[in-house]
Amino acid sequence: MSFRFQRKYLSIPYIVFFLLFIIVPIFLIIYYAFTDKATGNFSFINLVHFFSDMTNINVLIISLVFALATTVICLIIGYPVAYILANKKFNKNKVIVMLFVMPMWINFIIRTGATRDLLTWIGLGGGTHPTFATLVGLVYNYLPFTILPLYSTMLKMDRSLIEASADLGANPVQTFIKVIIPMTMPGIVSACTMVFMPTISSYVISDLLSEYNIVLFGSYIDLYFNQANWNFGAFMALIMLILVGISVVVTRKFSKEENARTSLW
Amino acid sequence: MVKKILAKTYVYFILFLMYLPIFLLIVFSFTDSDSVGVWNGFTFKLYGDLFKNKELMTAVGNTILIAFVSAIVSTIIGTLGAIGSYYSKKRTRKVIEGITQLPVVNAEIVMALSLAVLFVALGFSFSFFTLVIGHVVLTVAFVFLSVKPKLQQMDPNIYEAALDLGATPRVALYKVMLPEILPGIVSGFMLSLTLSLDDFIITQYLKDPSFETISTYIQKILAKHPVPPEVRALTTFIFLIAVLAVVVNNVSAYRHSKKINSMKEGK
Repeated sequence: MSFRFQRKYLSIPYIVFFLLFIIVPIFLIIYYAFTDKATGNFSFINLVHFFSDMTNINVLIISLVFALATTVICLIIGYPVAYILANKKFNKNKVIVMLFVMPMWINFIIRTGATRDLLTWIGLGGGTHPTFATLVGLVYNYLPFTILPLYSTMLKMDRSLIEASADLGANPVQTFIKVIIPMTMPGIVSACTMVFMPTISSYVISDLLSEYNIVLFGSYIDLYFNQANWNFGAFMALIMLILVGISVVVTRKFSKEENARTSLW
Repeated sequence: MVKKILAKTYVYFILFLMYLPIFLLIVFSFTDSDSVGVWNGFTFKLYGDLFKNKELMTAVGNTILIAFVSAIVSTIIGTLGAIGSYYSKKRTRKVIEGITQLPVVNAEIVMALSLAVLFVALGFSFSFFTLVIGHVVLTVAFVFLSVKPKLQQMDPNIYEAALDLGATPRVALYKVMLPEILPGIVSGFMLSLTLSLDDFIITQYLKDPSFETISTYIQKILAKHPVPPEVRALTTFIFLIAVLAVVVNNVSAYRHSKKINSMKEGK
């Protein structure tokens, strides 16, 4: 039997690439997470080690708190921006939307360095105000990722429902809570996942902005991996992976919005 | 009216805050102080220093090189993947689309770390090759996701028509399908470039220790010092390129929408 070209064969390189460099590495992480470094045998030693030391748990809790705070602040700042940009009464100009995306084209490390230098200059740097500086850095970096998904959901929103709600006697606060928020829920959920998970795992922003005073989970993993303690580092990466998994499941429930990064171009 | 002014003021204020750090670097690129906030008189000296800084120039070259190489590889693998999966059985297609989500949702540090473990386990030393693999992992799914909607919009009959008219499958792919999905391929390529140019974590984990990109080179300095003066001059250039990209992108989108409109009107 001779080989006959079929279009479906074209995806073979893609599948092989994913198997080798995305799926196998994830299994390697799981393997190392449940292997004892000293003996090389299967064991729960990394799990026990992680949960028996309060420092580790604290880093995880602090990261979750920072991620939550960043997400909430991004939503509070970004929601009105997206609402105004998507409202024809206020804005007919697509260029302004592009202007919110453009800072993402400036190298991320340069942007973070610039933010730090600015904060240091005005006396609010990480040496004296580590929490404030870190939050500013995180919000600054993730704000475009909050605005984009919100904006695209709001463009599709049926505005006559808002008028209807007002006609039927709801006050603006009621309309906002009962009509606008539920209609924009997919955007809100998608914005949350764009901010929450990356904040936990980001380490450059917290390292630079807090001048190493605040350690988030990402830098913690980095620290352990650099010390060549693979097994423990792998276990923490596995925790990160589980958190990502949970966030995916939660998002799936609420929205089928596409990833905001793909709308960059 | 008052509401409109308030709304606009708010949007412009947030925009102002977002551009403030970048503009600060650009403004202070015209003076030769050690850090922003100190004005030593107007000079273009830093722009000269920028091109004399060998290490930084090498880093810029490396960044561009890795971005283009990985974007080309990603575009080829990702586009073929999208085409192949589109014509696969429903179950295979669902599996491919499922694994495509993995690098999109996964934390970058987990991908970087797991790839590093893989390469060490295989006995590879970190090199340009491992770095390209890392960047392709980062970007290939986005090419797939950019091409997929274009395939769905395409008229499925034109490929068959080309075959009926005597084209070989390869010719039909090149001459008929490729032009249809080209906009998706281009935006996938551009997205790959952007992600790769900006990347830090994967690069840090998978590069040869002596190989520096803009991100890793500056990060190393930032650990102890403010943004280096020459980098302020570099930021001006990056900013100008970003402005140019936005303008070109908008102009072509505008032309495209005009073309679509005139087609709809039946001209």
